[in-house]
Amino acid sequence: MKKLFTLLSLLLSFHAFADLRATGDLGIVIEREDGNALIINTTEHKRLSKIEKLGDLSHASVVFSRDQRYAYIFGRDGGLSKIDMLKDAIVKRIIQAGNSIGGAISQDGKLIAVSNYTPGGIKVFSSDTLELVADIPSDYGKGLRSKVVGLVDAPGQLFVFSLFDAGEIWLADFKNPKAPVIKKFPNIGKQPYDALMSPDGHYYIAGLFGEPGLALLDLWNLEAGVKHILSEYGKDDEKLPVYKMPHLEGWAIAGDYLFAPAIGQHKVLVINKNTWELHDTIAVVGQPVFVMARPDARQVWVNFAFPDNNQMQIIDVKDLSLRKTLTPGKAVLHMEFTPRGEQVWIALRDDNQLVIYDTETLQEVTRLPANKPNGIFFSSRAHKIGL
Amino acid sequence: MNKWLFLLFVTSIAFAGEPSPDRKSTLRNLLKQDCGACHGLTLKGGMGPALLPEVLAGKSDELLISTILEGRQGTAMPPWRPFINHDEAAWLLGILRKP
Repeated sequence: MKKLFTLLSLLLSFHAFADLRATGDLGIVIEREDGNALIINTTEHKRLSKIEKLGDLSHASVVFSRDQRYAYIFGRDGGLSKIDMLKDAIVKRIIQAGNSIGGAISQDGKLIAVSNYTPGGIKVFSSDTLELVADIPSDYGKGLRSKVVGLVDAPGQLFVFSLFDAGEIWLADFKNPKAPVIKKFPNIGKQPYDALMSPDGHYYIAGLFGEPGLALLDLWNLEAGVKHILSEYGKDDEKLPVYKMPHLEGWAIAGDYLFAPAIGQHKVLVINKNTWELHDTIAVVGQPVFVMARPDARQVWVNFAFPDNNQMQIIDVKDLSLRKTLTPGKAVLHMEFTPRGEQVWIALRDDNQLVIYDTETLQEVTRLPANKPNGIFFSSRAHKIGL
Repeated sequence: MNKWLFLLFVTSIAFAGEPSPDRKSTLRNLLKQDCGACHGLTLKGGMGPALLPEVLAGKSDELLISTILEGRQGTAMPPWRPFINHDEAAWLLGILRKP
């Protein structure tokens, strides 16, 4: 009996050894319609497991714990799910609001913030237990609450976010999680629809849907307030219809330039990061949605809104030229670069596939099946400010 | 001659009322995926308002069909006329109105 037990424990420990899984090259792929998350390995190009019953993931985003073990998935239906990527299991899942758009993890990794449409505001949870730490309603007078967009983390244990209906940017200081300090910047422009944090945590930039230009907040100089940049750009031009809201999380800061989607124009804007003036525009095939820099910032990849969502274009940052137009498949929704950028994964919603490209040769490497995939998120995000 | 005219008449009615099965599946996918991008996969709303039967109940067909086709100024709702005709918009509205 004792022998058998020893044998068994030996077998078990061997099993445990065989199952060892490092998390640095893992990622999450969202299957929007089924409400599933696939755990994938970015080195081996493999699907490892499928986590089911995560609710409405039609608009989902993911942040990672700093130990890269846990993924926090924000669903459209207000669901917040904590996934253990070592055990392929849901650790905890809560419904924290009626309608949500995304979230962020704090600088120290201890807090998870979620931005909500209904009821409008942000809620902040312990990343350990998912217990509520703070509830910040986006009241902007007369009992109205705004949809909250563009929520990111910033150095100094800050969360920064924008109020779509109110046209405000708020900064929440969570150095003392029990008593967060809110600083509000009103009148930043009409309908901020998303925002990005520069990779160095220095600038918060919100895109405006209701008027031309962008709202820029210099986190090193809060006294200066929010600056409205590019206000004149495209003011008198006819706007083309926008069949999908651009996303700014992937906005690209590359070298001296910020690359951003124009709204209602089939152009990528190239903004000089020193003067915040327009440097150039690059004509592209459709309304840009994601404009993302390869980690080394030599290339910027762009995907498009319906009906041009079967294409992708690659900009060479060296001379701001279009290097190539790819047609990977039907309904390109999202892309994610490997940590050092030698490959990019692309979600093809209507082809039920993920396609992986070599970013140097721009040749296809392989394809993997995924049912109606939208977001792709790699664990390397764990160590990036603003993601 | 009369027979041909009659046939033409019958087929055009069939065309006008009901999209083809292929087209229906394209439209359903469009509703779920592309409309759903703003209005939510379950149509409970997002950047755009909810499109559930009870929300649409007080609004006329013509208003809603013209919203689909022409979009709504001052909001993020774009005109879908380049991709959807009047009858297809009416058919989609029929789906939305069903509980």
